[in-house]
Amino acid sequence: MESTHHAHHLPYDAEASKIGMWLFIFTELLLFGGMFIVYSVYRYLNPEAFHLAGEELNTFIGAVNTVILLVSSMTIAMSTSAIQKNDIRLTNILLGITLILAVVFLFNKYFEWSAKFSHGIYPGSQEMLGTMSQGEILFFGLYFVMTGLHALHILVGIALITWTMIELKQKKIHHEKYDLLENSGLYWHLVDLIWIFLFPLFYLIH
Amino acid sequence: MQEAQSALQASYLHHQGRYKGLLGWIFSTDHKRIGLLYLYSITTMFVVGLLLGLAMKFELLAPGKTIMEARDYNATFTVHGVIMIFMIVIPGLPAVFGNFLLPLMIGAPDVAFPKINLLSWWFYVAGVFLVLAALLFGSGTPDTGWTFYAPYSFKTGTNMLPAIFGAFVLGFSSILTGLNFIVTIHRMRAPGMKWMKMPMFAWTLYGTAWIQLLATPVVGITLVLVALERIFGIGVFDPALGGDPILYQHLFWIYSHPAVYIMILPAMGAVSEVIPTFSQKHIFGYKALIISTMAIAFVGYLVWGHHMFTAGMSGTAQYAFSLLTFLVAIPSAIKVFNWISTMYKGSINLKTPFYWASSFIFIFMIGGFTGLVLGSLATNVHLHDTAFVVAHFHYIVFGGVSFSFFAAIHYWFPKIYGRMYDEHWAKVGWIMFFIGFVSLYTPMFYLGMKGMPRRYYDYLPEYHGANILSTFGSWILAMGFLVIVVNLVRSARKGEIAVANPWKGKTLEWTVPSPPPFENFKEIPVVGEKDGPYNYE
Ligand SMILES: [Cu+2]
Repeated sequence: MESTHHAHHLPYDAEASKIGMWLFIFTELLLFGGMFIVYSVYRYLNPEAFHLAGEELNTFIGAVNTVILLVSSMTIAMSTSAIQKNDIRLTNILLGITLILAVVFLFNKYFEWSAKFSHGIYPGSQEMLGTMSQGEILFFGLYFVMTGLHALHILVGIALITWTMIELKQKKIHHEKYDLLENSGLYWHLVDLIWIFLFPLFYLIH
Repeated sequence: MQEAQSALQASYLHHQGRYKGLLGWIFSTDHKRIGLLYLYSITTMFVVGLLLGLAMKFELLAPGKTIMEARDYNATFTVHGVIMIFMIVIPGLPAVFGNFLLPLMIGAPDVAFPKINLLSWWFYVAGVFLVLAALLFGSGTPDTGWTFYAPYSFKTGTNMLPAIFGAFVLGFSSILTGLNFIVTIHRMRAPGMKWMKMPMFAWTLYGTAWIQLLATPVVGITLVLVALERIFGIGVFDPALGGDPILYQHLFWIYSHPAVYIMILPAMGAVSEVIPTFSQKHIFGYKALIISTMAIAFVGYLVWGHHMFTAGMSGTAQYAFSLLTFLVAIPSAIKVFNWISTMYKGSINLKTPFYWASSFIFIFMIGGFTGLVLGSLATNVHLHDTAFVVAHFHYIVFGGVSFSFFAAIHYWFPKIYGRMYDEHWAKVGWIMFFIGFVSLYTPMFYLGMKGMPRRYYDYLPEYHGANILSTFGSWILAMGFLVIVVNLVRSARKGEIAVANPWKGKTLEWTVPSPPPFENFKEIPVVGEKDGPYNYE
């Protein structure tokens, strides 16, 4: 190696970057794991209140968003198969669909949250203190934190997929080197997986 | 001599990359330079933390107000704790020596993700500035203690948010380092270097990396919850809204107990390199050391409850946590046994790193045994929240980091700078630091047993004598530190030129010139079938 280089040129190792991504996903799971512990403790302590508060949530929007994420997980998985066949156009389309679905998810979330806000349900709301039990306040506190944190992950996912599409356009991603696409896919599956847990915990179990 | 001189010129220290001067360092993705960036930033922060510690000890020189009010004392121990734990103890050995040595030890050109490695240093710097912002701006310096216990951490009027956010960012930096090391060890070991041929230090970095990865996110989310509690009042830790502060303590210690092992495992790893080299023998019980490393990493994950015996938990939980705490002592003792056995019948080369490593064992044993006193339920109730806890904690954490860190910096100094340190002054520094350390913390065991509480700026007159001794100790320790730093800085500039392997070390980093060339190895080494972990031919 010539000494004029500014960085070590490590051989391309798709396996390494995949392991790295998996490790990162572990940390994300533990991050939400901490939240799930908090949730289960308070659910256990306030079963009645969690039941009551859960009925306030709009199961329909929740279900729609679940379907949206499941479909988007499928499209991003298909995009990996497409790049393996070197079909850049199809890869691009599939990533584009994933991106649109992600944005639609956030739109739904936005309407859902604003409806709650307009009913005076938000953290620190005086109205909640007057009318709700402690358990219900905790439920909504956790609801906003956990779905909010999840929405933040959707945003990161959107950024990641956009970056992937840019690299695809610049031909930095092709059928022999597509670790970024694979890793974006892994990340997106993680975001999906977390939602699969959040949805029943908040919307379905009564 | 001529050869050594040219090695220095061709080394990573003088390597000309894309940027010149300072930029060539802070934008370098070379693991060796990043290791040194960490060394300098951690040392700087250590000086800040040390000064705060000295101020606290000065306050305790006499009963009543000596130099500061109660609330300033609270702020001082909080900032001292946050700096020392999140900026020095946790990144300490992995970020400095792990970065510098891991690729060299396993025969790799760099870590797996050099850019992420640099990013992790930048996160470290960002975290440092956030915490310092909490200190200097806003509505008063945080006064919760480094543990940020709820509900006070969201009730206090002081400037908590930057401090909490800073700790979060520092945690992220630590996760990225851990992730990098795991992938590096899995993917980049030199051909022929099987798992059971890896040096002990690399093994301990591996164990630590897993703890960094698996424990840090939990404290991350806990800190986020405290911040959200402050901003929005979500209620999860607020008893007024139905939340449970004890739950905060659980979540906090699930991370912060393993954090001690993030620090102690690489400390043990460094000691496990120094002792065989200076005993001029193979390490005794290599496999037992590895197994005990992994056992500590695993069991250490399950003992957090011992911080909360008096906070309210069921008797069954108390027994379980106490038992598990005692279990950690077994692999720790195995390590001590192996180190001593390594020295047995060795031809001991009494150089400064060996002094540090063997005094590490001494300090670690005292810290460990007093840990058992705190881990058993009956004595814990008596000693909880007394100076005894502070003494134990500093013996393990501060003693563990500093003695191993100084062992490591003297041991690898010739490799890092290509020059030898001054042996005489290094030993003077060591004896001062050692005497200072022991006289600083040993009286606190006594004070704690007599009932002096921790975190008070004042005390009853009967505690005066031991406190004077302790404060004197802090001055000797600080002077010792000064001697060590001045000696190392001078030696880095003017020391005798070092050869590639001045200590006859057996690991791969000693096979390359001192200091190592930018690319580490001209050719990636091959570890032969018959070579063991400590005799590469
Ligand atoms: Cu502990």
